[in-house]
Amino acid sequence: MEPLSWTGAWGVWLNPLLGLAVAGLVAASLLSVALSLLSAPVRRQSLPDGTLAARDGLHGMADMAGRAFLWLTALVLALYLLLPFALPYGALGIVGELSRRLLPVWIALGATFGLSIVFKRRLGLYGKLFDSTIGMAGFALVVFWVFTAIFAGLFDMIATHDPLTALSGMKNKVPGTPLAMGDDGVYPHYLLGGDNLARDVFSRMVHGSWIVVQIAPLATIFAFLVGITLGLPAGFYAGRLDTVLSFLANLILAFPVILLFYLLVTPEMVQTGVPAYMAMVLFLFPIAFFAVLLNARLSPRPVLRLVVLAALFILGGWLYLSMVSQDGTPVDFWPDALDLFDVPGGILVVFVSVVFVNAPTVFRIVRGLTMDIKTRDYVAAAQTRGESPWYIMLWEILPNARGPLIVDFCLRIGYTTILLGTLGFFGLGLPPDSPDWGSTINLGRRLLSIYPHAAMVPALALLSLVLGLNLLADGLREESLKD
Amino acid sequence: MIRFLLSRFVTMLATALALTFVVFFLTNLAPSLEKVAKSEIGARVSDAEVESWLNRNGYGEPMLVRYGEWLGVVPGWTHSVDGEVVAGRCAGADGGVDAGARCGILQGDWGYSTVFRRDVIEIVGRSLALTGKLMFWVMMVMVPGALILGVLAGMREGSKLDRSLSTVSILTTATPEYVSGVVFIAVFASTAVGLKWFNGSATSAMENATIENFTLPVLTIALYGMGYIARMTRASMTEVMTAQYIRTARLKGVSFPKIVLRHALRNALIAPFTVIMLQFPWLLNGVVIVETLFNYKGFGWTLVQAAGNNDIELLLGVSVVSVVVVLLTQLISDIGYVYLNPRIRVS
Repeated sequence: MEPLSWTGAWGVWLNPLLGLAVAGLVAASLLSVALSLLSAPVRRQSLPDGTLAARDGLHGMADMAGRAFLWLTALVLALYLLLPFALPYGALGIVGELSRRLLPVWIALGATFGLSIVFKRRLGLYGKLFDSTIGMAGFALVVFWVFTAIFAGLFDMIATHDPLTALSGMKNKVPGTPLAMGDDGVYPHYLLGGDNLARDVFSRMVHGSWIVVQIAPLATIFAFLVGITLGLPAGFYAGRLDTVLSFLANLILAFPVILLFYLLVTPEMVQTGVPAYMAMVLFLFPIAFFAVLLNARLSPRPVLRLVVLAALFILGGWLYLSMVSQDGTPVDFWPDALDLFDVPGGILVVFVSVVFVNAPTVFRIVRGLTMDIKTRDYVAAAQTRGESPWYIMLWEILPNARGPLIVDFCLRIGYTTILLGTLGFFGLGLPPDSPDWGSTINLGRRLLSIYPHAAMVPALALLSLVLGLNLLADGLREESLKD
Repeated sequence: MIRFLLSRFVTMLATALALTFVVFFLTNLAPSLEKVAKSEIGARVSDAEVESWLNRNGYGEPMLVRYGEWLGVVPGWTHSVDGEVVAGRCAGADGGVDAGARCGILQGDWGYSTVFRRDVIEIVGRSLALTGKLMFWVMMVMVPGALILGVLAGMREGSKLDRSLSTVSILTTATPEYVSGVVFIAVFASTAVGLKWFNGSATSAMENATIENFTLPVLTIALYGMGYIARMTRASMTEVMTAQYIRTARLKGVSFPKIVLRHALRNALIAPFTVIMLQFPWLLNGVVIVETLFNYKGFGWTLVQAAGNNDIELLLGVSVVSVVVVLLTQLISDIGYVYLNPRIRVS
């Protein structure tokens, strides 16, 4: 097999086209930015006689040129992604083959966007996201990684090789290198090169996304449940409860995060069981949250409440005990026969420390929002109706605080992804051969100045996911401010 | 004001005590101590030998007492054989032990690093000086950069300039140090790309910082914090620009640049001040990552070495310093906020 170049034979005429489009886009954007620095744009004005006066002038022309070049760029990029399906293997180089591997993601992404845009008026805040370019771009990046993770992690589709197997002769090979010993039925190239243990960088990156997409949102949800369960009463009752909880939250926040990780995620610490005990406490909060939530709602219907709460405690308790009790840690009391799952080595510790670091910030946000909202009239009305305090907190205040919380949730998933990467970067928690992005960056950085690809690929992957989440949060904030 | 300061100070002291106790507790748990003992007397020893070594070296006492000793409020431990004191916490240079003496961090006795074989206070002092140099340049790049970005974006809300600068600041906040550092090294310092403008290592910058060896670490830390401060500045600037007195100035016919520079800027910079001060704990994160990545042997590098090698006393010293730095910046930001903003009255 021949080595693949980045864009193959067809790149010879696609690359200049892309260069032209991007150069035009950059020039037009710079022009309109410079214009808006010098003077405020004059928008179209409606005149008293009912006609419109288009006085866009230079501003409008720069904008129009920018939009035209943006479309051209998008068109050329679409060609890069779609042409490979009509061409033989390798005709569009590495880019083309990557696009071919990602076919399931493209289909799923297209379906999601098509359906969402068609029905966007019926989808509430989610639908409004498709009115903002920034929000759509962010959503596209996030959903791209989610689909990649799902197809790679659950269906084993996208990756070309096994992320943990080294193939001989592929150590530190540059992107597009053919396998040294080509067998039939094995993918013939390392698309994004090999790392210093001769494993496929592309497959590791793709499988790494599954780890991130599993842990980051879940850890963020847990941090939110802890933060909400404590923040609501702290803001609502204020007083001594608030003083104590705020002091504890500030205590954790004043701790340098990396020091905390180093203290919590070392093997000696795992041996003493401190993270396991912390897990016992932290995982109680989701059960407590849902119990209080349903209890407050169903208190007028005692029988239903009994059934629902019993079901919650049995199911939640079972999950809780399976989650908390781990073989090989000091907290191992639950019989194996009833243990639904064992979280693989290190992940529970990583999970707990990430939740622990995030929860105080969420607590502070929820507390602040609660203090603000509890002075509203509808809260007073509910109090006059004789609703219980928890009902007011969970069914009156919390739904009205959802806007800022949703935005913060998106941002916080990004932050959690960064934290997971930090843990991997310092080689903490996850096993050293784990394909998650932080560990891969850590492994690749040793030869960074000679073979940058092994660290660059996961670094850019992480950057694009976090950027997507940030853009998504920005779009959501913008759209939610509009009503 | 005095009462406010006093209450803040008391809270700060309580926080510092609680945090140092947590660190003390976590670093002095049984497995870590066992590791220390084994590294001192050899890995193949029985549990009883480990136990007796720990007792002989003052690790046998209750946690709280040892914390007090470490702080310097409880007299240091002594170990006596046949009624004669042979070892103790406060052993002098000549080997003599002063039985009733206190020697903890309050007395300036920070202990001895087992990794570097030097006094902790010496290591911490030297690494702090190095990190101080790094932080100075980070601040010199980050603060003006962020303020300019934020003010430019916020002066005309919703314009092209605003939108593009806001996207830039989102991009920088989405790039953690270990990503931007890796990208910078790969682009500007690797043989693969071939630019080789800067050095991929900052080890030589410890003695002699030049543009070549210091640009990349400084830029890496500055970029991550810059976006956040710029966004805060933008928010505060847009708020000021919609204020009544700005409209009055415009109606009076004051030119736009003059409005921005004379009327809006000063009020718009109050909020970013607190944000900049509160960035310190985050910057500490960045420092640890960047110093590890660029092999710059400052405070963050020392933290990683201490934590990775189970060097208990050094780790405690490093934590004390970082906790104090974080708390002090919080205090300064509170005071500064009150001082800068006359509308706030502290009750």
